[in-house]
Amino acid sequence: MAIATTEFESAERAGHSKDYHWTLNFGPQHPATHTTLRIVLTLDGERVVDAQPEMGYLHSGFEKLGEHLTFNQYVTVTDRMNYISPMANNVAWHCAVEKLLGIDLTPRCRYIRTIVAELARLSDHLLSNGAVGLDTGAFTFFLYAFYQREVIYDIFETLCGARFTNSYTRVGGVSHDFTPLVVQKIRDFVKTFPKTLRDMEHLLTRNRIFVDRTQGVGVLSKAEAIGRGATGPVARASGVTRDLRKDEPYLAYEDFDFQVCCAVAGDCYARYCVRMQEMRESLKIIAQAIENLPAGAANVGIDQRAALPTKKQVYSTIEGTISHFELSMSNRGFAVPCEESYAATEAPNGELGFYIVGDGGESAYRARCRPPSVLHFALFPHLIRGHTLSDVVAVLGSLNIIAAELDR
Amino acid sequence: MPHRLGVADLFSHWYRTFLVVIFIGFFRMPHTPPPLDNVLQSLASRWGTLDVSTYRNQTRIVVAESVSLEVLEFLKAEGFDLLVDVTCVDYLEYRGALNRYGLVYLLTSTTTNQRLTVRVFVDDPTPCVRSVVPLWEAANWLEREVWDLFGIHFEGHPDLRRLLMPEEFAAHPLRKDYPLQGRGERHNFPILTRHDG
Repeated sequence: MAIATTEFESAERAGHSKDYHWTLNFGPQHPATHTTLRIVLTLDGERVVDAQPEMGYLHSGFEKLGEHLTFNQYVTVTDRMNYISPMANNVAWHCAVEKLLGIDLTPRCRYIRTIVAELARLSDHLLSNGAVGLDTGAFTFFLYAFYQREVIYDIFETLCGARFTNSYTRVGGVSHDFTPLVVQKIRDFVKTFPKTLRDMEHLLTRNRIFVDRTQGVGVLSKAEAIGRGATGPVARASGVTRDLRKDEPYLAYEDFDFQVCCAVAGDCYARYCVRMQEMRESLKIIAQAIENLPAGAANVGIDQRAALPTKKQVYSTIEGTISHFELSMSNRGFAVPCEESYAATEAPNGELGFYIVGDGGESAYRARCRPPSVLHFALFPHLIRGHTLSDVVAVLGSLNIIAAELDR
Repeated sequence: MPHRLGVADLFSHWYRTFLVVIFIGFFRMPHTPPPLDNVLQSLASRWGTLDVSTYRNQTRIVVAESVSLEVLEFLKAEGFDLLVDVTCVDYLEYRGALNRYGLVYLLTSTTTNQRLTVRVFVDDPTPCVRSVVPLWEAANWLEREVWDLFGIHFEGHPDLRRLLMPEEFAAHPLRKDYPLQGRGERHNFPILTRHDG
């Protein structure tokens, strides 16, 4: 149970000494932070009086790099942002680039990107919920989740050869089209995953220890969620019915029947429940998309001068040869307008957007990444005040803060 | 005596949250947000003609630094309740740019899904705008990041410290006159020897 912060404040105003407060460094190297971040906690016994989040330990200047790498090269950097779901970052980056350049994707590419983005969401939610379980003592749950992540990695490996840093998307398309084997693997996954999901829910959703550890902990109200810029499952668990997949449909999301999962409690348990339900909805999207995958080319045609033409086109047509030559040359690539645009996608963690400024060159003049983790980490002191030290890991896990995305 | 499950338990234990995980997909169909005409008109009537531009369905307005806080406050009252992002662009090497820094406020309405980009231009030698933390708490860390990486001062910010770079760092690395490699990594920090420790 949380003690209202006003009680602390009134104690301070009454002139009580604060000598009994002590300071604890949580992180930057701590198994329960999962990533490299630090929180300076002020404790009164076991109660957290205040928390001071520190970040920047993993700052690698990704936005500066974005001004020097071309639009296709930078996708490798986006892999390293939220490395729990690199595919979602790839998709977000190239959606933003294509919005700036004004490229229309092929229907097949839209479906492919939707499927991989939803697989990334599953993978992210599995880890995020698994980590909450792990930190609150449910190790088995974590292993169930991690096994399924491995299955998703296998699909990605079959798809593009990389398990972790996929760098899958390209301007105007993807690096590898779906093969029948990939389609088969995704179909198998859609069939087998619900059983594991049921097992996982049976393990944890009504587990008394877990519920006691998470319910009523780290409560975020709806007004605070909006005012403090929370997005994604964190906001939806507080009753904000906002999901960019529904509200601003991008890629192929308009074609699918799925629901937005919300809760009103706003605590760690609600965030867990929302993520669990979202996995079911993601699975529904994947099942619909894989069965209705349009035929045709995955990449845009030669006329759009964005994606590399196929080998057959290069060797048998003059347009293909010219297009391949121009796209391979450093100063002959696609035309970039001197404009600015912001495009956001519903990443597993929340609204992941890129504000890109083009100056006619082959790389962005400015590549701002709007990471959901920064705003969620800024929530942390607000959520943890008055709770106990053991709740720190529950709150941190339920916010799903990825330091690489936090610091970029 | 064993505890028997009653109606009251539905609202007391884990069932509580279970009950409130709701689906809203049925009730919300995708729709295009209403146009921004009304908002832009009322803005223009209060602050004179605005520089409005549109690119790929994205409406942007340019606001003078002197009234930026008032305009943003007005927009918040008009329903733009979610501050998505505060960021900055350094136009030092940009062709045809008149000002050095362009601040970007990305606003969204969670009820109507309208989006609006507000841009404020500031210049050297003392780039400074008023902080919007009193309006949106979300701006706190976002403005700290802009201060850290661009050196834009936010007047009235409650806690304007560096966010990503260490406190001792002297430069603002996302400025265009800061090179990608070769400067700022080491010479910013004092060399400690064994004897100092």
